[in-house]
Amino acid sequence: MAGIPHDHYEPKTGGERWVHKRLPIVGLLYDTIMIPTPKNLNWMWIWGIILTFCLALQIITGIVLVMHYTPHVDMAFASIEHIMRDVNGGYMLRYLHMNGASLFFVAVYAHIFRGLYYGSYKAPREITWIIGMLIYLAMMGTAFMGYVLPWGQMSFWGATVITGLFGAIPFIGESIQTWLLGGPAVDNATLNRFFSLHYLLPFVIAALVAVHIWAFHTTGNNNPTGVEVRRTSKADAEKDTVPFWPYYVIKDLFALAVILAVFFAIVGFMPNYLGHPDNYIEANPLATPAHIVPEWYFLPFYAILRAFTSEVWVVQIASFLTGGIVDAKFFGVLAMFGAIIAMALAPWLDTSSVRSGKYRPQFKWWFWLLVIDFIALMWLGAMPAEEPYASFSLIGAAYWFGYFFVILPLLGIIEKPLPVPATIEEDFEAHHGKTSDDGATAAKPAE
Amino acid sequence: MFKKLALSAVAALGLFSGSAFAAGEGGHVEDFAFSFEGPFGAYDQAQLQRGLQIFTEVCSACHGLRYVPLRTLGDEGGPGLPEDQVRAYAAQNFEVYDDALEDYRPATPTDHFPVNNGVGAPDLSLMAKARAGFHGPYGTGLSQLFNGMGGAEYIASILTGYTGETKEEAGTTFYENHAFSTGWIAMAPPLMGEDVEFADGHSNELHHEAQDIAAFLMWTAEPKMMARKQAGFVGVLFLTLLSVLLYLTNKRIWRPLKHKAE
Repeated sequence: MAGIPHDHYEPKTGGERWVHKRLPIVGLLYDTIMIPTPKNLNWMWIWGIILTFCLALQIITGIVLVMHYTPHVDMAFASIEHIMRDVNGGYMLRYLHMNGASLFFVAVYAHIFRGLYYGSYKAPREITWIIGMLIYLAMMGTAFMGYVLPWGQMSFWGATVITGLFGAIPFIGESIQTWLLGGPAVDNATLNRFFSLHYLLPFVIAALVAVHIWAFHTTGNNNPTGVEVRRTSKADAEKDTVPFWPYYVIKDLFALAVILAVFFAIVGFMPNYLGHPDNYIEANPLATPAHIVPEWYFLPFYAILRAFTSEVWVVQIASFLTGGIVDAKFFGVLAMFGAIIAMALAPWLDTSSVRSGKYRPQFKWWFWLLVIDFIALMWLGAMPAEEPYASFSLIGAAYWFGYFFVILPLLGIIEKPLPVPATIEEDFEAHHGKTSDDGATAAKPAE
Repeated sequence: MFKKLALSAVAALGLFSGSAFAAGEGGHVEDFAFSFEGPFGAYDQAQLQRGLQIFTEVCSACHGLRYVPLRTLGDEGGPGLPEDQVRAYAAQNFEVYDDALEDYRPATPTDHFPVNNGVGAPDLSLMAKARAGFHGPYGTGLSQLFNGMGGAEYIASILTGYTGETKEEAGTTFYENHAFSTGWIAMAPPLMGEDVEFADGHSNELHHEAQDIAAFLMWTAEPKMMARKQAGFVGVLFLTLLSVLLYLTNKRIWRPLKHKAE
C-alpha cells in the first residue's frame, strides 16, 4: 500500500519467505495493522472501530437468527415469538440484533459528523468520503428491510409508505414500485425479497468497508488539526505518527468496552425503548396505525421528505415549471435523497483552504447549528404532519441545504481562518507539553 | 468533543424513541408501581399466579394467548407452577383441535394457550409490549427512561379507567374510559372488583385485580425478562471491569509518548 513511509513486513524464516513469495497476505495484514496513524487523534476517531464491531455483531447475530426465522407472511411474526420464547438465548440474540442496528446508526452519525467537523471529506479523501456515503446508504437499505422482517404493523406500514415513495417518480414510478414489491402491494413476495436482500447487503457493506479502509490507508487518516503527516522521510513520518497497533487498537478497544457497557444496559434493561410498540402487533393490511413512524435513525430525512408540501412556494414553482410533473410528493422524495447527496458533495462544496473546523471560527457556529438542526429534524420527523411542526421542518430542511450549498462555499471566501500548527508533532507536543530530543516516537509499546 | 458524544447519545437514547406518539384525548395512564420495574425489578410469582387465575376465569372468555406455550407456566422467572399443576391446568381449562385425532382433546403442556378471536377481541400475548403508557415530554418518549414503556400500567389503567358512561354508535356500545386514547372503548368493563376469589385470601379489589392481570400479561409478553436483566447486569459488570483494565492499559501504553521528559 502506498502512503506514509514506514517499515514493511520482512519474512524472516524460510517458511515465511515461502508463503510471502506466493501470497503476501501476512505482509498485507501486518501493513494494515501497523499503519502509521497520526498521534494526535482524539476520542471522535473511535467510531470506525465501533462501526466495524457493529457490522460483525449484526452479521453474526443475524446469521443465527435466520436459522430460526420463517420468511412468510403467515409465519414470520410467530417465528419471531418462537425465537423470543423457545430458542435458547433467542431473546438475547434478537434484542442484540434489534438494538445493534441503533448502535450502528449512533456510531455512523457520530462518524459522519466527525468527518464534517474536521474536514475529513476534503482532498485527498474524497473517495473515502464517497464510499462512506455509499456504506451509509446501504446501511439504511439494510435497516429498513430488516425492520420489515418481523412482520409487525410498523413493518408492514413502513414498507408500504417507503416503497410508495418510489411510486412518486413521474411516469415510471408505479412500475418501479410494483417491481420492488413483487406485486401490487406489500405481501409475501415483498417479504421474501426483503429477506434475501437483508441477508445480502451486509456483505456488500463489508466489501465497501474494505474499500473505505483501503482508501484512507492510502491517503492516511485525517486528524484534529487537519495537517497532513510529513512524508518526506520515514524519520519525519515517525515524529507525526504512531503505529495503529498497539496505540490505537487499545484505545479503540477501551472506547468499545465503555460503549458496549452502555449498550448491554439498554439490551438488558430496556430493549424495547428504541422500538415501536405497534411492531408487537402482527401486520394487518386492513388496519392502518394512527401514526406511521420510521425508526429514529430515519427521522431527520423523513422530516425533510414531509417538509415540502404543496403549499410551499418552491414546490409550487417546481410544479409550475415542469407542468405538474414534479408534484409535492415527488419533490419531497427528491429533497430527501438530495439531503444525502448534498452531504456526499461536501468535498466540492467546501471551498476553505483550511481542513479542520478547529481553526475556522465562523464555520464552528454553522457546524453546531447543523448538529442542532439534525436533532431538531429528528424530533420533527416523529411529530404528526401538522402545524407548527410542518413549518419547523421546512426551516430545518432549508438550513440543511443552506449549510451545504450556500454556507460551505461562502465561508471559504469570507472566513479568516486561525493559524494552523505546522506539524502534527507540534500540535501533539503543545497538548502534552514535552518535546523529545529527536522528536521521533519509538514504534514500540511501553515495556 | 464530549459535547458531540453527548449529543449523539441523547439523540439515540432519548429523544426519538419511536413509541413517542399516539396519545390522543383520553390516554391518562396511571403510573402503577410494579415489582418488575427498573434494572433489578423481578416478577412477583404470587402476583403472576393471581393474574393467571384472573385471565383464566375472566379474560380467556374473549381473549387468547396464542404465542404462549402452556408449559412456560412452570418456568422459573414466571408463574412457576409445579409440573403436575401445569398439566392439570392445561387439561382442565382448554381444549385444542388435534389434526391427528381430527377432533378436540384436552390441552397438554406442549400446547399453546388457545387462539380466541370469537368476538374479535385482540390476542393478549404481547399486549403489554404493544402499548406504551408514557409518551412525554413533548412526544419525545424521554420519560420512558425513568418510568419504563408503561405497557403494564396501560393495561391496569384501562381496567380501572371506566367511568360508567356508555354511548351507542352505529349499533356498537362504547364505554367511556379515560385511559383509552379516544376516551371511548368497545370493551365492556371486564373487571368490577371481587371477580375472582384467591385461594390465599389476597385482596380482590378492582385496583389489585387490575395490577395482577397487568403483571401477568407483562410476563406473557416478556417471559424471559428476568434472565435478560441478569444477562444485562453481568454484561455491564464485566464490560465495566474490562473498561477499567483497558483504560489502565491505554494510559500505560501512551505514557512514554506523553511524558517523555519524566
